[in-house]
Amino acid sequence: MNILIYLIPAALVLGALGLVAFLWSMRSGQFDDLDGAAYRILDDEDEKPGS
Amino acid sequence: MSCCAPGTEGSLQLDAARQGLPSNEELLLSSQTLDDGLHQIDLSVPDVHCGGCIKTIEDGLSALPLVQRARVNLSTKRVSVVWSPAQGDPAQIVQTLSTLGYQPHLFDLGVEGGDETLSMLVRSLAVAGFAAANIMLLSVSVWSGAEASTRDLFHWISAVIAIPALAYSGRVFFRSAFSALSHGRLNMDVPISLAVVLAFLMSLYETANSGEHAYFDASVTLLFFLLIGRTLDHVMRERARSAVKGLARLAPRGAMVVGKNGQRDFLPIEDITTGMTILLAAGDRVPVDARVVKGVSDLDCSLVNGESVAQTVTPGEVLRAGTLNLTGPLTIEALAPARQSFLAEMIRLMEVAEGAKAGYRRLADRAAQLYAPVVHLVALLSFVGWLAVSGDWQRALYIAIAVLIITCPCALALAVPVVQVVASGRLFEAGIMVKDGTAMERLAEIDSVTFDKTGTLTLGQPRLINRGDIGTRNLMLAAALGAHSRHPLSRALAAAAPDTRQAPPSFDSIKEEPGAGLEATRQGVIYRLGRANWALDPKTETADPADSYQPGQTVLSADGVFLAAFVFDDALRPDAAAAVAALRNRGLAVDMVSGDQVGIVRRLAEALGIPSFKGGVLPEAKSRHVAGLAEAGHRVLMVGDGLNDAPALVRAHVSMAPATAADVGRNAADFVFLHDSLSAVTIALDVSRKAGQLIRQNFALAILYNMIAIPTAVLGYATPLVAALAMSSSSIVVVLNSLRLRRPNPADHRAKSGKEESAVGLLAIGRGT
Repeated sequence: MNILIYLIPAALVLGALGLVAFLWSMRSGQFDDLDGAAYRILDDEDEKPGS
Repeated sequence: MSCCAPGTEGSLQLDAARQGLPSNEELLLSSQTLDDGLHQIDLSVPDVHCGGCIKTIEDGLSALPLVQRARVNLSTKRVSVVWSPAQGDPAQIVQTLSTLGYQPHLFDLGVEGGDETLSMLVRSLAVAGFAAANIMLLSVSVWSGAEASTRDLFHWISAVIAIPALAYSGRVFFRSAFSALSHGRLNMDVPISLAVVLAFLMSLYETANSGEHAYFDASVTLLFFLLIGRTLDHVMRERARSAVKGLARLAPRGAMVVGKNGQRDFLPIEDITTGMTILLAAGDRVPVDARVVKGVSDLDCSLVNGESVAQTVTPGEVLRAGTLNLTGPLTIEALAPARQSFLAEMIRLMEVAEGAKAGYRRLADRAAQLYAPVVHLVALLSFVGWLAVSGDWQRALYIAIAVLIITCPCALALAVPVVQVVASGRLFEAGIMVKDGTAMERLAEIDSVTFDKTGTLTLGQPRLINRGDIGTRNLMLAAALGAHSRHPLSRALAAAAPDTRQAPPSFDSIKEEPGAGLEATRQGVIYRLGRANWALDPKTETADPADSYQPGQTVLSADGVFLAAFVFDDALRPDAAAAVAALRNRGLAVDMVSGDQVGIVRRLAEALGIPSFKGGVLPEAKSRHVAGLAEAGHRVLMVGDGLNDAPALVRAHVSMAPATAADVGRNAADFVFLHDSLSAVTIALDVSRKAGQLIRQNFALAILYNMIAIPTAVLGYATPLVAALAMSSSSIVVVLNSLRLRRPNPADHRAKSGKEESAVGLLAIGRGT
């Protein structure tokens, strides 16, 4: 069961990464306009979100 | 993307001219200054609804030299524009938007700010989700049969993850439960907090003693589910609040004040004091109660007293705040600051009327009031019972806590908010904003509907009704003349212009005579459009058409000779008759109260099939009428738009206002509908009733679940595995049941289901942070 010493921290770190990624994406405004994003992808001259 | 139908633009432009776009000064007042000398303004554009609209607006605005950046937010239906004041007037921005066919509205940035509560809830939710996922992962390995040492290790790791998660994410519930308890009340958060904390403490004790059953997963998962409910609840209220706030402000934000030395300043309305001299241009609303010093004009008072006919004012007359100056510029003297104007009187009446709603208790709170004591009693009884039977206090305590955990009102806490979020999403698509969740609960209970007339059943705009009697040439002349004035009758004539390929006649000169009409010269002939006693020259008047008009009627004349007389009527709101009939079909009593003259009210009531009506009613009397119905045991839905309706809107069990309503009325109403059609009333009623039904079903499901779960727990068969399965499945069943509301209703073919809002709205919670 020594393998757990590596696996559990690895699992927790991956989970924490997901959490941090979510908090970051929220702060950077990626959830500000959910309906618009669906249409913007059809537009050729798109810009970055959340300006 | 052809949903932005061409052809609607003409009418929108007319609208824009009638409503008046925000002026330069107003735009400057409500914009934010950025670091590099640029300004940013957020405008609400409720008509945006597809990718084509986004592109049209962004391209159109970016083409203006002063605009640096323009970005449309489709979810909030707003456009955020960054512009440099050095390169031109911001009025171009709103003009461009309006020309493109999107009516822009201003809203207060100051009040807006960031939504702190929402970001706190979402962060708590994210942390709880992370902890729940990881602890569940470890728990599954334990349930799969880990050996004792590994199990203990996993339990300890779970405890380490759970402590910060509970402390961080549980704050919302702990705080609310504490404040409820300290006031001697019980709310849903009390059993929640107890279950979560006790489950954690018991698991910690078990873990320290190398016990087999630890409820770390249950306590964190509970928190996660409950936070979802809490966040959805908050999102719904916030969305409605900001949407309503984003609508046009009909009360002016400021006015042009003339100082002692003749200098002109644009002052915000709060700074206007008694005695100040104000210049009021045609198209402006009267900012405060005032007296006319100079000038003659026509005033649209429909929002204030419900009268549909424009009034002529001359020097010395007193104007009420909120009326609209239509035809000529006026110089007025403020009689009272904004806080003491007509508006303030309405607000006082509204405060008096408060009560019907304050007494209403939310369905969820009523459920909690019953639920919490029952659960605590069951837990206590099982403790006492097991102690008596086995004599083992540790085992008795363990079972009592298991009962608390398994009965934690997870499904119950989700039962209401999920349905209300889905329902408000449905209404949002149909152009109806809901102020708060209880509004839908209350709307589902109504048994009678009271309508206001002007602006509610009618659009508050006159319409030409004797078009057939007027020759094409005269109608063209009148329409071309009418296009030059803001007067509602002129607007109606302009809108009634015949469809011909000929160019409209052009005039050499046009001038407006406020209170009388329009005068124009064309090829040496003087045309007059206005009151008969002004437009017609008594000397040249022939006896022949004399009986086809009255002195005050609107006529067209050439060199004083009668050409045509026009008859107007207030245009009905689309689907008004259908909506009234549909409401009566549903067994609701429908009546109408109006401040307008009884004769006009009677004619409309007969046309719409409304059996009971009252005319010439004062604001207090409106409120009393609604109160009278309430005392007779009716639950009244009040639909109205004017300032004079506001007290009645507050007094009613539930209320609704069109988006064109006065600020105060709109703030007083529980529902605000954006589209012209009155079918909004029936849609809102149907969705609310369906939502009420689903909420009760959800409660039934939650109770059914408890009826199975409680005996299991009381008998001591509940293990962490059973608890986890039972709690999650009951929550999922409740959520799925709520989502049935999203299924398109065959009878409701108006609801455009073009866009798919994320079902649970989980992703939407990031908005506004």
